[in-house]
Order: sequence, then structure tokens, then C-alpha cells
Amino acid sequence: MREISFRDALREAMSDEMRRDNRVFLIGEEVAQYDGAYKVSKGMLDEFGPKRVIDTPISESGFAGLGIGAAMMGLRPIVEFMSWSFSLVAADPILNNAPKMLYMSGGQFGCPIVFRGNDGAGGQLGSTHSWCVESMYANVPGLKIIIPSTPYSAKGLLTQAIQDDDPVFCLESERMLSMTGDVPEESYTIPIGTADIVRTGSDCTIVSFGRPVHFCLEAAEALAREGIDCEVIDGRSIKPLDIDTFAASVRKTNYCVVVDQSWSFASVGSEVAAELHRVCFDDLDNHVHRVHSDDVPAPYASNLEQEMLPNARKICEAVRSVTYNA
Amino acid sequence: MTAIPMNQTDPTTESSPETEVVSLPTGDVLLGWLRDMMLIREFEVRSMQAYQNRLAGGFLHVYNGQEAVAVGTIAAVNSDDPVITAYRDHGHALARGMKPEVGMAELFGRIGGCAKGKGGSMHFFDAEHHMYGGHGIVGAQVPLGAGLAFATKYRDEVIDGGKSNHVTLCFMGDGAINQGAVHEAMNLAAVLELPVIFIVENNLYAMGTAVERCTAAGTHLVERARAYGMNAACLEGMDVLDVYRGMKPLVDRCRETSRPCWIDMRCYRFKGHSMSDPRKYRTHEEEEQWESRDPIERLAAWLVDRDLLTGENFKQLGKQVRSDIRQAVKWAEASPPPGLEELHHDVYTGNWGPYTGTSKPEFLRRRRDDQETSGA
Repeated sequence: MREISFRDALREAMSDEMRRDNRVFLIGEEVAQYDGAYKVSKGMLDEFGPKRVIDTPISESGFAGLGIGAAMMGLRPIVEFMSWSFSLVAADPILNNAPKMLYMSGGQFGCPIVFRGNDGAGGQLGSTHSWCVESMYANVPGLKIIIPSTPYSAKGLLTQAIQDDDPVFCLESERMLSMTGDVPEESYTIPIGTADIVRTGSDCTIVSFGRPVHFCLEAAEALAREGIDCEVIDGRSIKPLDIDTFAASVRKTNYCVVVDQSWSFASVGSEVAAELHRVCFDDLDNHVHRVHSDDVPAPYASNLEQEMLPNARKICEAVRSVTYNA
Repeated sequence: MTAIPMNQTDPTTESSPETEVVSLPTGDVLLGWLRDMMLIREFEVRSMQAYQNRLAGGFLHVYNGQEAVAVGTIAAVNSDDPVITAYRDHGHALARGMKPEVGMAELFGRIGGCAKGKGGSMHFFDAEHHMYGGHGIVGAQVPLGAGLAFATKYRDEVIDGGKSNHVTLCFMGDGAINQGAVHEAMNLAAVLELPVIFIVENNLYAMGTAVERCTAAGTHLVERARAYGMNAACLEGMDVLDVYRGMKPLVDRCRETSRPCWIDMRCYRFKGHSMSDPRKYRTHEEEEQWESRDPIERLAAWLVDRDLLTGENFKQLGKQVRSDIRQAVKWAEASPPPGLEELHHDVYTGNWGPYTGTSKPEFLRRRRDDQETSGA
């Protein structure tokens, strides 16, 4: 299999779907002439033309709402946010309109739309540009959230998202766009709501989402040298959550650490912990431990930022602690 | 010439340069407009009663006084052109053809309602009549309206190579024009050349705040649209014939050029913002003056003057409309509340977790079939 980058994988998903279905179009800031602020849409204007790859003014609320109106009429927009941090000014359309349209219209108007862009800190961008929106947005019924961690899952999940009849938020990471990996040339889908066991192990389950999955793998290697054999699960979707896969692993290992890059309060991590405590209460030999970003605004200074984020050291500490090896 | 709204500049001097004489439809059509306006008025009278009797809950924003706007503007577009509005939406839905009993049942929170009782007064949707809501957050529907116009144009240009040339009507109140989303949508519509007509139903008050207290240059709202390079006009909204005559050339031009257009539609709501509004921010004298320009009385008088209506016919029409709405109320009362299985229905289109798919998947499917048969 050939290796391509994460950004190429995202582009292949979009281009494949745009070739297959002429209702699909891409809209956002700098997606056309500039080839994408992060070059994800490079070359797409040349192939699909300006009617289907559309530059917008810097008006997130306006073009997010425009996409929703177009989706109500049966088109399948892909709306790119340069960063999910900028989606906050579009909170009303993406949280109040897209996920509620089907319900409030009694099933008359759906909203088959994808919002996608960079999520998460790590580039010394300061707090306003470093949002991890997953916990905040996952609270809203009516939407789905995917968070790929590899080029392979990026292509498969985004393809599925574009074909999905419900609004899907795709959380990518600027820090991973250049990462390469095996990706089939042909089109394929990964069902939303299915996790992937990326490392098998017998002593402790580590569940994570998006970029921190790689820190978990790094931690698992270090822990293996200490004799702790971790099973690492890439959640891949946040809504729906694949609790069944997490639970099956926990029933085997009896210990679990959840690693979630957003803040801890009312978070994806706390949701996973609560669900596992509910369904695996008798299988757990300790309560689920959690690793999050520290509850502070993301700092600029590199050392502080790295200290704030989940990292392999914190994950190792959590695994040792939960397995009584601290 | 029609009367000039108080404290406002003369609409006729603000109008767009079109001088074309618009011919009115036949007497039968005009009588239909009269009936539609009367139907809306009676619907609102009964919905206020229902609210007081606690048959309807939540917020209720009635349309009394503004009937000429919905009826006259919607008469100026095709029946399959999309319409979208804010929360004072009963008039637009009825003018669009929604059955009154379906609207009434929605107010009552019944399964027979347009959204099966899940939307309520502020969220009247009717796919069959191209009514895209009913939206509760001030100004939020305006980017959506731009999106509807985008989609009609995209379908013509990318999907079916057709020439349906739809025009979208996107209504908002004067309170909405200070929302950022509205300005973003206006700019987008101009930059992307979208065939949408933004209609500001300027009833002089954003809830209880007079236009001049909250809107810079509030007497010259058209300047806002012109700043975006948009064709803009100020129209008299208390007379359905004026509304229609003002709208028709703007609609034609929008359809032909695919350029957005913006209308400052001067009107007045006879009732409060909502049912809890004591209207202390305006005087009885002002209300009486505006009530003397009742759009229903006005059209009836015009028709009587031209022997298109007799006093007796007018009375009969009133009787008929009251009976129709009485029937609608009965129908709505007889419709049961949604079953509890509806709670988790229509959240997602498919089944997962507690969710049980959607009630009208055929609607989504139909759109896909359209696509396939159109050679996608």
C-alpha cells in the first residue's frame, strides 16, 4: 500500500465524494485560490472549478449558516473552518440550527453537512487559537463528531461523514497534517461510532481520541519495558461513542485510563469514565483514571504548553497509578 | 399616494429607480388576497385565545397588522420559490399555503402539527409549500436564507443545468438588522451573487426598543444595503397592492440578474411583541393611527370602490373565514399529543443508542432520487 499524508488523505476523501456526487461542494476561507490555508484543498479548485470550491469572506457565522441552508435544500456541503477555534463565532448556526433542524421540522428538513478543520493545541498559538472543542460540542444532540488520528482513518471517516445524512463535525489537527501512513487508493468508509484497537495488551486499557492516541502508543512502549502491557484504543468517533469496544477491553484488563485533550470538567473523558463505571462496574479493579489538558487557558510559552497538554509522561503516571504500580 | 409612516421618511422617495407600471392580477386573485389576509388575522385572533386558555404554550408572536407584507410579497414570487422567516411566522406559513389546522395543531403541541408538535409557534416548517421555517433566534435565518438561494443557483448551474431561476424570500424584523450574522449574510449574498430578497419587516420596534433608539441612521435603512452594493427599496407595507406592485419588478430583476435585493418594508404590528408585552413604549394614539390603516379594511374598501366586492360579500367572507378557523381549532384540539416514542424520533436520520430514526425518511430519499434521475 502507498503512503500519503494526513492532508492528502483528507483531500482524497473530499475529491472522491465530489466526483461521485455533484451535490457535494467545499466552502470556506482560502479553500480555493489559496489552495487551503493548510493546503488540504490543494488543486481542488483546478479540478472542480469555482462553483464547487468556494472562497468566502472571513464570516464563519455567515458561511456556516449558508451551508446549512444549502443542506436543507438537499445539497451536501463541506464547510471548512481554518480552525475549530474560529467556529465559536458560528456557535449559533452549528449548534442551534444544524443539529436541530430535523427535529424542529418534524423530520421535514435534514441537514447533511460536514464541518471540518483543525482542533487542538500544540503550535504555540496562544489560548484563543488552541481550542479542543470536542467536549463542549459533544454535549449537543443531533450532531456527530469524528476525530481521526491517522491518514487511513482520516480518509475513511471523512468519506463516511460526507455520505452521512446527519451533520458531522470532523476534528483534525494541524500538528498531524504532514504525518504519513498507509492509505488505499480506492474509496472506502469507516463507520462513524466504531473504535479501533491500535495496540493489544492485557494489563491496562488506554482509550484516547485524535492526536493524543500517538502519545498513548509512546507511553505504551515505555510501560512495556516496565512490564505493564497496555491495550490502546483509538476511539475515532466521539459521538456516537463506541463504549462496547472500550468495555470489552476493560473486561479483559480490569483497568482503564482515558486520555482526552480537552479540559476535564464535563468532558469526553468524564463521559467515557462514567459509562465504563456503569457498564463495567464489577470488572474494574480501580476507578477509571483520566488524563486531560490542565484546566488553564493554553499558554504561549512552549514549555508551559507542553506541560499543559496530555503527554506520554502523564499517561505513564496515570497507568502506573491506576494499576497500583505507582 | 399612500400615507407616510409616522416619523419615517416617505417610502416613495426612497424607492428604487424602477418606474415600470405593474399591472395587478384579476379581481378573483385580489379577492383571494383579501381572504388570505382575513384568514391570517382570524388565525391570530384564535391563537391568542388559545394562548390565554393555555391550549398553546411557550412564546406567541402574532402577525396582526402585517398581513399585507406576507400576502403581497409571497404573491409576487412563484409557488415553488423558497421562503424563510423568523419567529413571527404564522402569516408567512399561511400565505404560503400551510393548512390552518396544521398550524393550529402545532401551536397546541399536537401530532397533527406541521412539525408534529416539536417546533411550536416560532418554528413553522412546511416542505410541501417550500416554507423553510420559522426560526427562533433573531437574525439566524438570514444566513440560512442566503444558503437556500445558493442551493437553487447551484442546482441550476452544477446539477441539472436547468433554468429554474428561483428567487428566495428571506424575511427578518427590524430588530435583526443589528445582528452580525445578518451583515455577514448580506455581504455573502452580494459577493456570491445570490438570488435572494431580504425583506425587513420594519414595524418600528425591536421588541420594545424603537428603531431610532437602537439603529444608527434608522430612518434610512436602505443605505445599509446600498453599502453592500445591493439593489434596495423602501416600500409601504400596510397596503397589499403597494406591496405587490413594489415587489414584482424587484423579484423579476432578482430572478433575471441573480443579484440580491433588500427591502425596508414599513409596517406596524397591532399587538405587542409577544403575549406578555404591555406596550408601554408606544402611545395609544400611535396605535390608533396605525390601526386606521388596517390592510384588510384598506383592500376591502379598494375592492368595493371598484365594484369587485360588496359589503354583503365582505361580511360573508368574514363568516366563512371565521368558520374555517373554528374548524381548524376543532381539528387541532382533536389531534392527540405526540406519543412519547416521538421524543427520540427525528434527532438523527438513523437508529443508534436511544434514537429511532426519522419519521419522514422518504423526504430525504426523494431528494436523492431527484438527483439520480437528473443524471448526476
